[in-house]
Amino acid sequence: MTTALSIQDLRKVYGNGFEALKGISLEVQRGDFFALLGPNGAGKSTTLGIVSSLVNKSSGKVSVFGHDIDTRLTQAKQCLGVVPQEFNFNPFEKVLDIVVTQAGYYGIGRKQATERAEHYLRKLGLWEKRNERARMLSGGMKRRLMIARALIHEPKLLILDEPTAGVDIELRRSMWDFLTEINAAGTTIILTTHYLEEAESLCRNIAIIDHGTIIQNTSMKALLQQLDTETFILDLKEDLDEVPTLDGYVIRSRDAHTLEVDVPKSAGLNALFQHLAAKGLEVTSMRNKANRLEELFVSLVDKNLKQESA
Amino acid sequence: MNTRLLWTAFVTIVVKEIRRFTRIWVQTLLPPAITMTLYFIIFGNLIGSRIGEMGGFDYMEYIVPGLIMMSVITNSYGNVVSSFFGTKFQRNIEELLVSPVPNWIILSGYVIGGAARGLGVGFIVTLLSLFFTDLQIHHLFITIAVVLLTAILFSLGGFINAVYAKTFDDIAIVPTFILTPLTYLGGVFYSIQLLPEFWQGVSQLNPILYMVNSFRYGILGVSDIDIGFAFAMIIGFILLLGGYALHLLNTGKGIRE
Repeated sequence: MTTALSIQDLRKVYGNGFEALKGISLEVQRGDFFALLGPNGAGKSTTLGIVSSLVNKSSGKVSVFGHDIDTRLTQAKQCLGVVPQEFNFNPFEKVLDIVVTQAGYYGIGRKQATERAEHYLRKLGLWEKRNERARMLSGGMKRRLMIARALIHEPKLLILDEPTAGVDIELRRSMWDFLTEINAAGTTIILTTHYLEEAESLCRNIAIIDHGTIIQNTSMKALLQQLDTETFILDLKEDLDEVPTLDGYVIRSRDAHTLEVDVPKSAGLNALFQHLAAKGLEVTSMRNKANRLEELFVSLVDKNLKQESA
Repeated sequence: MNTRLLWTAFVTIVVKEIRRFTRIWVQTLLPPAITMTLYFIIFGNLIGSRIGEMGGFDYMEYIVPGLIMMSVITNSYGNVVSSFFGTKFQRNIEELLVSPVPNWIILSGYVIGGAARGLGVGFIVTLLSLFFTDLQIHHLFITIAVVLLTAILFSLGGFINAVYAKTFDDIAIVPTFILTPLTYLGGVFYSIQLLPEFWQGVSQLNPILYMVNSFRYGILGVSDIDIGFAFAMIIGFILLLGGYALHLLNTGKGIRE
């Protein structure tokens, strides 16, 4: 299978001496929906900046669909669409002009560019706003405008740097549907996000970057299997007299009718429910305390921090 | 990118630039028209009638080529410096940087966009001057060539300024403290023959003198300097600044981290 993105021993030292990337290596396969996660300042945006030619690398190799960015940059750029974290269009230009102009930079003539712009702006619910100045759009619309702009040359690899930041949940879900659709149609997608639920539900493979190094690079499924313990919140029908205890589980009371239970993966939930039923406690609802990926992410980053401090 | 794709990308940048300055015509096209009309009225009509002849022509006739050239210089420079710095400031330079457009096309697009504004304003000022004097073009080729090359040269200057600029102050410093004094002292309002010999020599170090005088030669047929040398100098500066601007783009100075 062709590699959509290959990064080898990539380093970046900024002018002030800060080492943002300490020799990371990464491969994203064609057709993948890939999550690149990490805390703020971990090196995600620097990595994506280098891939998209916005940041000069200090050393290392990057190739996009086999095109080395040092020797075949034009071909690499043709394969790439970028949705940056911050709004970077001219706010005084009209929506349609922004998208059509971007197409022109890829050598797409105005007629074809306008047809494609109509397609993507309609898909993203912006066609009615095509003659509005970009600054008049809402935050969510601005994000969708950047997606339409990034897709106008129909790239094979789409990089999305926090595309749903500040977007309401309904719109976020419609953007997820859209991204799933274009991924299914063959576009490889690399996503960075702080909404880990988003990464978990969309992405098949994942890398976690922290302090300029990759601390995990695996499939989402394999990563989630590393989670030893999940914490659940149980709502009870009646108030508690005392917090029940059960070997193998850590049970805490949140309030008179809510329990918080750490459930080891090996133990499962059946024994817990049997025990609560025996105590006469009826559970009315249950939910994860945090997103599973979020729990793992926090523990991995904490572990990395402790190792670095040691 | 093949030639057709490069051409499309180039035209896209030029059209975007022209659309920008025509969209804000109240800021870009109207002020020089008003300023130059005031120059024509005050220096040409009111004061000029008392000055008499300059270089064998009415004072109004003498200053018109210089004022047209002054408009071309300041507007070519001003267009590129503000447009490219604005593009950096708003980060929409990233739209170009992620695309496969080669740097020489980016530079050419901005420079031709700047030259278009310079020439557009020059045309407006020329039309306005016709209300005050008759313009007889002495040498059409020289007139067109020198105004075009000068617009390109100062567009390149504006581009380099914009690459280095980090704040809005930085895009005002060169036009205010270098370009305006050099233009005013570049023979727009007077012939350097009026100056003492020492200051004539000093004036000849001012590159704008050669552009103003070449343009004046194209229109009136008189000049304080050698036209061949002036052309060589303008073309030399274009090659020098063009090469340097391209080097800045290739190294990512001021635009890539």
